[in-house]
Amino acid sequence: MSTTLSSPPNLLAKSTGNVAGRKLKNIVMLTLCIVAAGLAILVLGLVLFFLLSKGFSSLHIRLFTQLPDNIDTSKGGMAQSIFGTLVLLGVSSSIGLPFGILGGIYQIEARGRFASLVRFFTDVLNGIPSIVIGIFAYAAVVVPLAAKAALEHKPTAGFSAYAGGFALGILMIPTVMRTTEEILRLVPFSLREASLGLGATRWRTMWSVVLPAARGGIITGVMLALARIAGETAPLLFTIFGNQLFATHKVAGVSVPTLTAPIDALPLRIYNYSQDVDPNHNAQAWAGAVVLITLILVLSIAARFATRGNMQEEK
Amino acid sequence: MADVTTQKPTSLQDLARAQTSAPTAAKILVENVDFYYSAFHALKSINMVIPDRQVTALIGPSGCGKSTFLRTLNRMNDLIDGTRLTGKITLDGEDLYDKRVDVVDLRKRVGMVFQKPNPFPMSIYDNIAYGPRIHGLTNRKKLNEIVERTLRGSALWEEVKDKLKASAFALSGGQQQRLCIARTLAVEPEVILMDEPCSALDPNSTFRIEQLMEDLKKDYTIVIVTHNMQQAARVSQRTGFFLRGEMKEFGDTDQIFTSPKQKDTEDYVSGKFG
Repeated sequence: MSTTLSSPPNLLAKSTGNVAGRKLKNIVMLTLCIVAAGLAILVLGLVLFFLLSKGFSSLHIRLFTQLPDNIDTSKGGMAQSIFGTLVLLGVSSSIGLPFGILGGIYQIEARGRFASLVRFFTDVLNGIPSIVIGIFAYAAVVVPLAAKAALEHKPTAGFSAYAGGFALGILMIPTVMRTTEEILRLVPFSLREASLGLGATRWRTMWSVVLPAARGGIITGVMLALARIAGETAPLLFTIFGNQLFATHKVAGVSVPTLTAPIDALPLRIYNYSQDVDPNHNAQAWAGAVVLITLILVLSIAARFATRGNMQEEK
Repeated sequence: MADVTTQKPTSLQDLARAQTSAPTAAKILVENVDFYYSAFHALKSINMVIPDRQVTALIGPSGCGKSTFLRTLNRMNDLIDGTRLTGKITLDGEDLYDKRVDVVDLRKRVGMVFQKPNPFPMSIYDNIAYGPRIHGLTNRKKLNEIVERTLRGSALWEEVKDKLKASAFALSGGQQQRLCIARTLAVEPEVILMDEPCSALDPNSTFRIEQLMEDLKKDYTIVIVTHNMQQAARVSQRTGFFLRGEMKEFGDTDQIFTSPKQKDTEDYVSGKFG
């Protein structure tokens, strides 16, 4: 065999060795990735399985329709907790959404040093433990409200949906602001240019072109923020006190939520019941956890649908 | 509208050359314009007379400053931080960079069509009605008229008249670009700037847009940036050649392509570089 013919096989043999090594590395890394991803899903699966196996048997329509029964604890429900959680989500949204969305718009539009300062502090805020936010809300809302009512001798004075919503609203702001900013950044600059080129003001461009284009993404961010705060317990320990009844009063004959009185919430009820000596309450805590996780799941799935709808629209 | 022959600054030889061969009135007058992106000197003492109701083409290799120049004409560069302009640009004798000029008003008078079709994520109708609406028009009947007139003006009416409520994204690229032209026409500008309007389009769509420019120049002053020299030769009456931030040569399109006065221009139009 001539040298010209024998040299290609040599080259090939050499590269085959390299390829085998690289392939092995590839397989190892890929396996590690799959294992890590699988473990993450496995943990979620175990939590759900554990929760359902403990809580499913206690899940009953009573839970949604009845108040706690203090005489026969096996019979009561936690309707006031579900109601309270929904009220709290409403109050916190009325704080978290305007600040979060407008702040996100500001960071896109202003671009200056102050904007990056805002971004930095928002990130810091995101890192503050929720229990600290709870203490802050206690000092900033509960104490002044109690002082205003001059009812300090009454231990529940000041504990209210306002205080709880305030704490949860603060927790929402960083998430909503960040997602709003990121989604707005994804809107092509050419759309802005087109609008400005027609003589639109920056605000008009934002309102009529950029925000509608980003609507789906912003809704997703809001849903995820809501899902996150729906499960928060620590801030509520300092702010809402809990309630065995619906926190409502009548305005012109119609029951409306009372925002200034103690209110209940699912996570707080679960926490309290899980600490209880009464096994009926323990069982209801499990069932309540299933309800809470379903609520969060529904919010997360709704968030996905909001994004998907948006993508189809833009196609 | 001022006639260039009576108004030209004698010190500017480029302007002098421009006016002798341009019989029509000047719409935009550019005098000694320098432009900077922070420290980068992007345009160097540009002088130019843009004639009314004609097509002026700007050609040159990538990065030569022709798009930057186009964007100085409706102050789109204001959107970029750290930009600075010296010199003077006047539209019908009014200084565009005067402090009292409202950019919103200016951009209404000097419309722009971009390189990539960029319709808004809304219906065909709303895309066109957007401009008149932001300027305060709410009368449904008038809006309908504008939509029909501008879609006819951009040669799109026959293709979309039955689906005005459909999303603008349902249109083809060429149709979208004609929609963007209609959208620009809807605010009744005097000048239309086109930044490589055909670079993302197929030859057939390009042909239609070139035809459209031919029609539009009866009513509008058009300035077009193009990478396609054949296109410049086909559609324009005046051509400016940009190189490294300078305007090397400006004159009648025929002259630029057949007997350029500068060596650089000759090299570029004959395809030796670019």
